[in-house]
Amino acid sequence: MSILVNKKTRLVVQGITGSEGTFHTKQMIEYGTNVVAGVTPGKGGSQYNGNDKDQFTRPIPVFNTVAEAVEKTKADTSVIFVPAAYAAEAIMEAADSGIKLVITITEGIPVSDMVKVYAYIQKRGVRMIGPNCPGIITPGECKIGIMPGFIHLPGRVGLISRSGTLTYEAVQQLTDRGIGQSTCVGIGGDPIIGTRFLDAVKLFNKDKNTDAIIMIGEIGGSAEEEAAEYIKQSVKKPVVGFIAGQTAPPGRRMGHAGAIISGGKGTAAEKMQAMKDAGIYVVESPALLGETMERVLKSRKASKGKRKRVAAKRKPSAARKKPSRRKKSRK
Amino acid sequence: MKIHEYQGKEILKKYNVPVPRGQVAFTVDEAVKAAEKIGGSVWVVKAQIHAGGRGKGGGVKLAQSLEEVRERAAEILGMRLITHQTGPEGRIVRRLLIEQGMNIAREMYVGITLDRTNSQNVVMASTEGGVEIEKVAAETPEKILKEAVDPIVGLTQFQARKLCFGLGLTGDAFKNAVKFFLALYKAYEATDASLAEINPLVITQEGHVLALDAKINFDDNALERHPDYAEMRDLEEEDPLEVEASASNLNYIKLDGNVGCMVNGAGLAMATMDIIKLAGGMPANFLDVGGGANATTVEAGFRIILKDPSVKAVLINIFGGIVRCDRVATGVVEAAKNVDVQIPIVIRLAGTNADLAADILNNSGLKFLVAGTLKEAAEKVTSAIAA
Repeated sequence: MSILVNKKTRLVVQGITGSEGTFHTKQMIEYGTNVVAGVTPGKGGSQYNGNDKDQFTRPIPVFNTVAEAVEKTKADTSVIFVPAAYAAEAIMEAADSGIKLVITITEGIPVSDMVKVYAYIQKRGVRMIGPNCPGIITPGECKIGIMPGFIHLPGRVGLISRSGTLTYEAVQQLTDRGIGQSTCVGIGGDPIIGTRFLDAVKLFNKDKNTDAIIMIGEIGGSAEEEAAEYIKQSVKKPVVGFIAGQTAPPGRRMGHAGAIISGGKGTAAEKMQAMKDAGIYVVESPALLGETMERVLKSRKASKGKRKRVAAKRKPSAARKKPSRRKKSRK
Repeated sequence: MKIHEYQGKEILKKYNVPVPRGQVAFTVDEAVKAAEKIGGSVWVVKAQIHAGGRGKGGGVKLAQSLEEVRERAAEILGMRLITHQTGPEGRIVRRLLIEQGMNIAREMYVGITLDRTNSQNVVMASTEGGVEIEKVAAETPEKILKEAVDPIVGLTQFQARKLCFGLGLTGDAFKNAVKFFLALYKAYEATDASLAEINPLVITQEGHVLALDAKINFDDNALERHPDYAEMRDLEEEDPLEVEASASNLNYIKLDGNVGCMVNGAGLAMATMDIIKLAGGMPANFLDVGGGANATTVEAGFRIILKDPSVKAVLINIFGGIVRCDRVATGVVEAAKNVDVQIPIVIRLAGTNADLAADILNNSGLKFLVAGTLKEAAEKVTSAIAA
């Protein structure tokens, strides 16, 4: 029904007693996420009910170390709300304690820390989402992160994005049209991230309950091109894509640490071209994500039973015509 | 964060990276005194601005006597230096670096930065010194040697040797270059730099290896660990509106268009700029107000956007997830009254309590153009700039 997280996920919140950690833990519990533990060094052994502002509906046991939380509660996934200066340590602690999936919400972690963290978790076979991301949600089952739960709808479209609020925008457009989501992953806006477009695309491609994918990239780096290459070769599910920053000037960091065109590389134009070449339905306006996906899904449904054709080189803005000649079925 | 060449060289010196003898000068007299102190008979007078291509723009000159140092310094100080990186408006030169002249035998390139494709730092070296490295990368990529650095052990001796052999170095120059590379990597790592670029790296006729130029950028996220480097920030090299915005904790970048925008979240902000262009306008700025879109931040945002005389309309686009739209709307109304905005404002608030927010805006008595969806917002922007 989803990728990476579902109702069986057992979540530990690192930095649970901080104000951010408390606020979002309350929201996650109310969404139905299986929060089993919290970690704040020095506050272990207590039951945490939230603070005056944000009261939990049920108490969460707090531990001094992630290892103890894993041992006592069988937590398998961690979310990190620890401040930037200590976040690298927190990620490595989770990875060293048997956690298999770490979701790092924290923004502003120094790159030099992340270079080390990345090597550290790779060696231990741990997957990370983020940092500097909204998190991951499988609608109706499990919300890990800071996204507003109510805009989501359970369904069969997978969504991958480098951004926060732009992701919510896309989700809203889908939900408004009655198109539900299997899982939405905010992979984060930093130059070093644990899960890249390619990784997430592979997972969605394998997931039997995901029919189509939305990919929202932005300027900087070449992760979108990398994923597009894979999609061209190996993905039959339709993909709708957008790249933010078509009007961004070169050499300037556009908010996200990773959103910068440097040495003429990482422009929206070249990413969009790579995506178009891979048969992705690229929209020029972010306002068209929802309706394009709706059209793509409808045309798929209409041609169900017929031989599915790869969506190559079809412009999403062009009115959809029935293919004048059906592709040879390769029985 | 960017710093000047002379500041970069001061830092490199601390990490035993050889640099020419030099001194900063803010006046012509200081320039002459600096030359006297450095000694010798040939000096280089270099304009200090945060942009490359200074030599071609006339910002780097040779002087063969103290009198010439005075003349060259007088020419360059205060000049409007235009390079391919400054844009047509150029930059006023306010600082000079006076350096000893060198007997250059060879010019090469070395740069260290993050390689995003494998999440490791990479040391790049090339025999093509003094040329823009992007150009080399595009035209003759085989001329760039690369060594990926294991973050646990750092740059190793054998990697430095490999690079220096690859550059065709021998004898003293080889030994000195290996030491140079190792020291430069140490400096890069210890200062939390995001870029350490030496172009050109020079080999002198005596076999010395020195950084003739130095471009050091710092990772903004790590500046808190280095308060002494944070102090090197030169506000005169930045756009005054951007300086003002950063004082209000707003993430603002000035652009050349006619439609201002105010958005929460960097990705949505870029997407909103794109929408403005598709609607027939051009974005006048990037502005991410972040998670706390309230009356104070919105007011500060308005003031900064409206100081740009080319702004003909403003688009506010907020997706309220955790932030409640009704609160944002109240903030916008308050701010618009305080700032006395005279140009059309298109507002699109979506997410939590968006309906309440629309009511607040519509009943405010102010002439907001309220949009429900992104598409509608784009259409309203089009009509606002046409009017």
